[in-house]
Amino acid sequence: MSRVPVPCHIKGAVALQVGDVRTVQGRPGVLVIDVTFPTAGPFELQEITFKNYYTAFLSIRVRQVGSPNQSSTKWITCLRDYCLMPNPHNEEGAQDYVSLYKHQMLCDMDKVLELRLILRQPSPLWLNFTLEELQFFQHGPQSSSSAFTKWLSHPAPYEQPALLLQQALPDPDKVSSEVQQMWMLTEMIRASRTTARIGRFDVDGCYDLNLLSYT
Amino acid sequence: MLQEEEDLSLTIAHIVQKLKGSRLYSQLERQAWVSLQKPEIKLESLKEDIKEFFKISGWEKKLQNAVYSELTVFPLPRHPAAPPEHLKEPLVYMRKAQRPVVEQKELLNKWNEMGTDEPDLSLFRPVYAPKDFLEVLINLRNPNYENGDHLNLKTHLGLIQVPLKVKYISELKEFFIELSLNTGQLGIDDATQVPPELFENEHVRLGQKVLAEQDSAAAQQYIRQGSPTALRAELWALILNVSNQPEDLLYYEQLKSNVIQHDLLVDSLIYKDVKLTASNDDYYFVFEDYLYQVLLCFSRDTSVLGHFAYNSASPPKSYIRGKLGMEDYAVFYPPNGVIPFHGFSMYVAPLCFLYHEPSKLYQIFREMYVRFFFRLHSISSHPSGIVSLCLLFETLLQTHLPQLFYHLREIGAQPLRISFKWMVRAFSGYLATDQLLLLWDRILGYNSLEILAVLAAAVFAFRAVNLMEVTSLAAAEAVLADLSTLKVMPLLQIFLFATIT
Repeated sequence: MSRVPVPCHIKGAVALQVGDVRTVQGRPGVLVIDVTFPTAGPFELQEITFKNYYTAFLSIRVRQVGSPNQSSTKWITCLRDYCLMPNPHNEEGAQDYVSLYKHQMLCDMDKVLELRLILRQPSPLWLNFTLEELQFFQHGPQSSSSAFTKWLSHPAPYEQPALLLQQALPDPDKVSSEVQQMWMLTEMIRASRTTARIGRFDVDGCYDLNLLSYT
Repeated sequence: MLQEEEDLSLTIAHIVQKLKGSRLYSQLERQAWVSLQKPEIKLESLKEDIKEFFKISGWEKKLQNAVYSELTVFPLPRHPAAPPEHLKEPLVYMRKAQRPVVEQKELLNKWNEMGTDEPDLSLFRPVYAPKDFLEVLINLRNPNYENGDHLNLKTHLGLIQVPLKVKYISELKEFFIELSLNTGQLGIDDATQVPPELFENEHVRLGQKVLAEQDSAAAQQYIRQGSPTALRAELWALILNVSNQPEDLLYYEQLKSNVIQHDLLVDSLIYKDVKLTASNDDYYFVFEDYLYQVLLCFSRDTSVLGHFAYNSASPPKSYIRGKLGMEDYAVFYPPNGVIPFHGFSMYVAPLCFLYHEPSKLYQIFREMYVRFFFRLHSISSHPSGIVSLCLLFETLLQTHLPQLFYHLREIGAQPLRISFKWMVRAFSGYLATDQLLLLWDRILGYNSLEILAVLAAAVFAFRAVNLMEVTSLAAAEAVLADLSTLKVMPLLQIFLFATIT
């Protein structure tokens, strides 16, 4: 299933904290990242990929185009407290690459206008936490079946054999069937390509010390 | 659900592609052709009949074993966006802490010193010893981690300062459930005072049955309770999926001819290492020749490079002179990408008791290396990696012997400084050989090296009374200098299942 990245504008993370940021001790445990899609219109979200950086839990809220009789659009939670780090104090899952799909969301993602990602990291041990390399994908166009070789699908019209055929030439039908068989064999071999090594290791003197340079 | 199916089909596709290149695939194809002659195989139900034939003739078992061994080694399927380095090691700061550049420079410095033709061993110093490696591990820091001056909930009192996930003792009890008090063990229940009818005879019979079935997964489950001495060699070969086919023999002979024809600098390192460690050991000095044969061939074996796909380290690369930076002229030096450190030959020495044929010994060692031993000297966040083992050891000691830990720390004898050398060598050279082989049985059975950390903690617990009375690091080392009289399985059982927590 092909997917096409959607150009997006990711606003910087905003920390949610009670009280004044400068005077209060301790680090914020909640960050909010807003994502808008100024160039693309409302689209159907297929997949979100990102690289985690010490975020423990992720929630996502989405704003979609409402039904025609509704005037204003509402924010709906489509992912609630998705766990990225099983133990927020440990490194497990802290720098993993993650994909989230349409079927994991709590609501339909048909006409997405804006997204809001709410990151939580309850452990006080980490200095920073965020998500990196955020990307959003929608459905791509249906890929057409691989183009059949032109000259096979458009056989040339039958030509009268030239006088050269007076000499002993092999029977064209037999040749064509043999060529077809060979073509099939090469296709089969190409399809079952393996990563196995031949198993031999030739040195040719290239491990001679004088030949290696010092990097 | 969809994601799991996709992961599963990706795993299946990867394993199929890997197996297609193996000898087993062509053998299976040949067998299928041959079976067409048989009267039972009918054209209408060809697929089912051939599958039935494979099941009866034992070929399905071989295929199962091959798939199982691939699954054991194969790392988790990776996310399409993740670069290959992420598969080797997901944490960026650990990737950056790799040593190869330092090692390369040291090796190159020694090249300049080489004046004579014959290897003058006095000019050679081992590339690094476990002590140096420990210093590197101690200095590993996560830049995003709060390492403040004030003590908080998670201050690391030990030497390792990275917060990796390690198992608690309750999780260890579940993981090592076959070692519990009410399950029979070889190493405990085969002592002379215990009548063999209680456990030993039945266990040996079961072992022979497992070998007759030739099932890798069953053998791995069986060996968790220990392996009878007579069956051990074959059981290990079955679990590691190593068979002595003519092609393997030929491969070994080819490596041997490479040793004879070409000289490598690492050969001198290997000679020095064997002379310093194995030749001085009471148990292993008789195997000196075997060790040379195996290690010299090992350093020329390029198939070992395949394990760097899931090893966090990278093989050191050099370029033909004048072609710096051009990938076509890059070579890995040594050919297998592994620079032997001080004590490396001790990984091979215990295996010499089991296998007398050099080519089989070589294959078993190579398989054990690419599955387990490489983790003991590369920096990674894997649960069986040396960093996690050190952290597990320190956590177990702090949690269950807090007084001892505090006392040792106060006198300047951090426990990890003593136990590190045990774990890096997988206790080879420190325990008596039969006990060591029982320990390595469990490593194979559980497919994890965590038992090394548990054993280290158990040894400290056993000698706790003496250790509480020492007043210096040297005295603590003296108390723990001789482990050759220890019995491994009772120590593990007591520490895991009989200690009051």
